[in-house]
Amino acid sequence: MKELTLPSRIESVDEAAMLADEFARTNGCGDDVMSAVDLAVRESVANAVKHGNKFDESKPVEMTLKCSENELEITVRDFGTGFAVTDVPDPTDPENLLKVNGRGILFMRSFMDEVEWDNPPGGGMKVKMVKKRN
Amino acid sequence: MADINISERQAGDVTILDLEGKVTIGEGSVSLRNAIRRLLGEGKNKILLNLGGVGYIDSSGIGELVSSFTAVNKEGGTLKLLNLTQKIQDLLAITKLLTVFDVYDSEADALASFS
Repeated sequence: MKELTLPSRIESVDEAAMLADEFARTNGCGDDVMSAVDLAVRESVANAVKHGNKFDESKPVEMTLKCSENELEITVRDFGTGFAVTDVPDPTDPENLLKVNGRGILFMRSFMDEVEWDNPPGGGMKVKMVKKRN
Repeated sequence: MADINISERQAGDVTILDLEGKVTIGEGSVSLRNAIRRLLGEGKNKILLNLGGVGYIDSSGIGELVSSFTAVNKEGGTLKLLNLTQKIQDLLAITKLLTVFDVYDSEADALASFS
C-alpha cells in the first residue's frame, strides 16, 4: 500500500497521476487498468483540489493506492465541506449537455468498476475507486 | 515543456487550429480558451479544431471544448472537430457530446462542410 499527501494545487493532479502510474506499473497492471486508473486519479484529485479544498493549500489531498491479485484500489480524500453525490446533475441530460463542468464523476464511474463516496470522521469527502485486474 | 502547442492555419475563411499535447485542467484548457477568444476577437468565427495530436484530454478539457463551441456559436460562427483519437471519441460518446459536435475524419470534408 502507498499513502500520499498532496498540496491543493493543480500541479498535484499530474503528480498524483504519475505516482499512480508508477504504482500500477510496478504491480504489473495492464494497459487497460493503467489507462482507467490514470483517468480516475486525475479526475478525483482535480475534484478534491478544485471543488473540495477549493485550492486552499492549508488543506491537503490524501491519496492511497492498494493493489491485490484481483484489483487495484484508490482512495482520494479532501477536507472541504463535502457534497451529496446524488445532488450532482447528470451531465448527459439534454439540459446539461452544454454545461462546462460536471463530467468528472461520470468519467470515474465509466472507467472504474466500483466508485463510492463517504464522509469520513474529521470532515471532507473520500472517494474509493476499484479497478478489477482481469 | 508546455502541456499543449496550438498552431494556426487558414483555409479560405476557415481557421484551423492544430492541437498537439494535453488538453487538461490548468494550462492546456486555458491555452485553448485564449486561442478561441483571440480568433473571435479577430472576427474569425469559422473554426476547425484538429485534435489528432491530442494525446490526452480530461473532463476539464472536454468542458473547454463545450465552452469554445458555445462561445463561437454566440458570435454567429461555427466550431467543428477534426481527427478525434479513439480515446476522445469514447469520452465524447460517454458524455453524449457526439450529438452536439460536428465531427470529421477528413480535413477536406470538414472544410467543405463550412461552405
